[in-house]
Amino acid sequence: MTEAHGATAVSRSGGSAASGGTATTGGLLQVEDLTSSYGPVRALDGVSLTAEAGRITAVLGANGAGKTTLLRTISGLVRPVSGRVLLEGHDITKAPVESMVAKGMAHVPEGRGVIAELTVDENLRVGSLFRGKVGKDEFDRVYDLFPRIAERRNNAAHTLSGGERQMLVIGRALLAQPRILLLDEPSLGLAPRIVAQIFGLLRQLVDSEGLSVLLVEQNARSALSVADVGVVLNLGRVVVTDSASTLMADEDLRHAYLGF
Amino acid sequence: MSDLQSSPSAAGKATDEAPVVATAGANASSAQASAERSFLPQSTLLRHLLVLLGSAVLAVALLELSTPYQNSQLATLTYYAIAAGGLTVLTGMNGQISLGHGALMAAGAYTTALLLDADEPLPLPVVLLASVLVAVAIGALVGVAAARLHGPYLAGATLALAVGLPGLAIYFHDIFGGEQGMRVRAPQAPEAFESFIDVVSGNNASSTKWLAYLGTICLLITYFFLANLVRSRIGRTWRAVRDQEVAAELAGINLGAWRVLAFVVSAAAAGLAGAVLALVVRLAAPSGFTLVLSLSLLTAIVLGGLGSLVGALLGSALLVFLPPFARDMGASFGLDQTEAAQVAPFVYGVVLIVVMIFVPAGFVGTIRLRRMNAKAKKAMAQAAADAAGRR
Amino acid sequence: MDYFVNVTITGLTQGMIYAAFALALVLIWRSTRIVNFAQGSMAAATTFIALSLIQAGASYWVALVVALASGFVLGAIVERVIIRPVEGGPELNAVIVTLGLFVAIQAAIAIIFGSSFQSFPTPFGVRGFEIGETTIPLTPTSLYVIGAVLVTMALLVALFRFTRVGLAMRASAFSQEVARLLGVKVGGMLTLGWGLAAVVGSLSGLLIAGGTFVYPAYMDSLIVFGFVAAIIGGLDSPVGAIVGGLILGLALSYVSGYAPRGSALVTISALVILIGVLLVRPGGLFSSTTARRA
Repeated sequence: MTEAHGATAVSRSGGSAASGGTATTGGLLQVEDLTSSYGPVRALDGVSLTAEAGRITAVLGANGAGKTTLLRTISGLVRPVSGRVLLEGHDITKAPVESMVAKGMAHVPEGRGVIAELTVDENLRVGSLFRGKVGKDEFDRVYDLFPRIAERRNNAAHTLSGGERQMLVIGRALLAQPRILLLDEPSLGLAPRIVAQIFGLLRQLVDSEGLSVLLVEQNARSALSVADVGVVLNLGRVVVTDSASTLMADEDLRHAYLGF
Repeated sequence: MSDLQSSPSAAGKATDEAPVVATAGANASSAQASAERSFLPQSTLLRHLLVLLGSAVLAVALLELSTPYQNSQLATLTYYAIAAGGLTVLTGMNGQISLGHGALMAAGAYTTALLLDADEPLPLPVVLLASVLVAVAIGALVGVAAARLHGPYLAGATLALAVGLPGLAIYFHDIFGGEQGMRVRAPQAPEAFESFIDVVSGNNASSTKWLAYLGTICLLITYFFLANLVRSRIGRTWRAVRDQEVAAELAGINLGAWRVLAFVVSAAAAGLAGAVLALVVRLAAPSGFTLVLSLSLLTAIVLGGLGSLVGALLGSALLVFLPPFARDMGASFGLDQTEAAQVAPFVYGVVLIVVMIFVPAGFVGTIRLRRMNAKAKKAMAQAAADAAGRR
Repeated sequence: MDYFVNVTITGLTQGMIYAAFALALVLIWRSTRIVNFAQGSMAAATTFIALSLIQAGASYWVALVVALASGFVLGAIVERVIIRPVEGGPELNAVIVTLGLFVAIQAAIAIIFGSSFQSFPTPFGVRGFEIGETTIPLTPTSLYVIGAVLVTMALLVALFRFTRVGLAMRASAFSQEVARLLGVKVGGMLTLGWGLAAVVGSLSGLLIAGGTFVYPAYMDSLIVFGFVAAIIGGLDSPVGAIVGGLILGLALSYVSGYAPRGSALVTISALVILIGVLLVRPGGLFSSTTARRA
């Protein structure tokens, strides 16, 4: 561990320096001083970060840094000990998990979260249930985005490959028309080619459709290659927040926390 | 190594899993196991012998100071407690549930009834031993099937046993007397017993009193045996099989064999309990071994705290002393006799639900947990202070 | 030959009832990983509600509807109040809670309705149809039983396959966390599932009561039969539960019909079948666990 990046968080970007100049006030999703624990174990220790609209914010760090807990606390699956979560300025810290997606936040959990027993088509339909009636054209759009799962729409989801599952859950999340997409380790167990394909698609959705993404990744190299902003977590604390390109260039930091 | 364990990073991954919830009373006994290691085996045995002696004196005092009616209540208590003791070892120590203990008690009771029905009955200890052996044989059969099952599967299978086995008594009614069951000829008290009572209290050595003593002796022997077993290597292995299934298997422990052993020990207790029941009630009939009996035993051990012999004894006391009380209460609300008799099972059911929802560790387990939590807090505070000191 | 057909039809009729009861167990198992041992008591309670309505002069059909509705309410309340606190906890705790409920409801029935045997009516005759000169062993009552179970099953299939609520219920059953993240109100779906299961369980209680006597513990053997049928089917599979119910119904009917004094052997045969299935294929004959976990 390098001394320079001790326990204190360094925000060298100064908040908006990483942005391309959009005048968002406060960001789409704000996490303020969030602390979570499982029994006596403190998994998050005063984490603060901001995900700006129209950007990909990558949360990086080693296994056990608290990345998954962060997402689970944001979406309400884990209740924080202290701190707040704001979505578009509204406090959602205590909102029920079930209401998050209607508020505009879609969370794809670790392990992809396909419902294996349902068919591909049914998986997509579950994702849009809360919206009431959803036009067929929206489903067609998802199938156009992912022709590979379109071919298998009537197969049970457990027959899909890892990459196809990832496409399915992203497509399902898109059907919820979220403002922000929370993705937990989408690259896990996928071939590099598929990872590149999926990250490329995310970039495209962000750039052309105004989607925002909060991406949790252990695969820091791939994540930084697609993200706008990187947040590095270690032992439940934010070590540094900066633009992806700056983080990519910081060799010490990469060696210390990102493993490449 | 110790640094690693205390650092949050090592625990980070574990946090992604569901928080660990205590199985009823489970932690209490594991912690106890580690505490027990500081005693030498001989001293544990010695301690148990002292407790046994003390309990025996206490039991004699209790039996001699109580009325004949209370004597018969205590006799009832003994067979419930013997069966509950065996069940709590199975469920609390080894994590297996059984709703079939009523059926195993039936096996013991019918064996006793049959053997005492002979023209020249065998001596009573032999009859009791035979009852235990028959229950053990059936318990081993059931145990082999049960060893592969868990939770609801095991509960369902033993439920089928509880409902199905008494049917055999009806099918073979020539031997077992069908629905009416078999009258049991309770053996006479030996003369030594009469002179013993004469010396101790000068009370009338009635046959009720003799049966109460007989039950008490069986109870003390059973609990002494079970208490030592639980503290022994066997007991530790059972707990390992319950708590650390994978680790135990990796350590070369044959899970199935240990589960069968637990079932067999538990069945032995049930068989003895059935034998005592047959002697005390003087009847072995299918109606005496309904599903409600098995569920009552479960209530007793859950209420006392799974895995605790003291808890099983306290829970059994509830099975004996609650029904008359509940009946009177029911009657005072204007229920007729048969309706009022159902108040007790109603209470059992409510107790099972309430205990599981609010105090899953039971009476004894909750007290133990409290003590352990206090200890753990102290240790944590100590560790934190140490860590602060190092910085 | 006539006797064989008769025994077979009896077996199929009984099997349909076991299938319905097993289906109720499977519905709950799939959504909450709990075997509801209180299912029988709950069904008995609704049967006694129906009986007291009939004794008060209501028609069978009114009593049936009220009983099924009260079954739904009972199931929903049980899930909300009693099961919710132990859901997701150690499996032994949930088992003990449902057993406690089983005893408590059974005792409550005895306290409220008395523990004597009371005859329960059937809306149709129990004499076989006559075709010309011959009487076939198919009775209107057995047709009613089979029909009622089939209609119920068809309604359930339609609910789960073709409705939005059904899809939400299936999603909740298979993956609570994912369903919640997708905005499905999982708690409500579980309550609904328990309610529906209790309706199906109540139906089987009412059907098996028809034309015979009821008393507080009359469902005890049906719990065993329903459980065995569900295990044969693998506890996870609704289709398995139905097939398991029919297999068990036929098997027990043949034991009862052909073994000397076979009726006394019925429960013990169910036990033997159960142990056999558990030893040979613990996951049930229709287990799809491997596929699901892939």
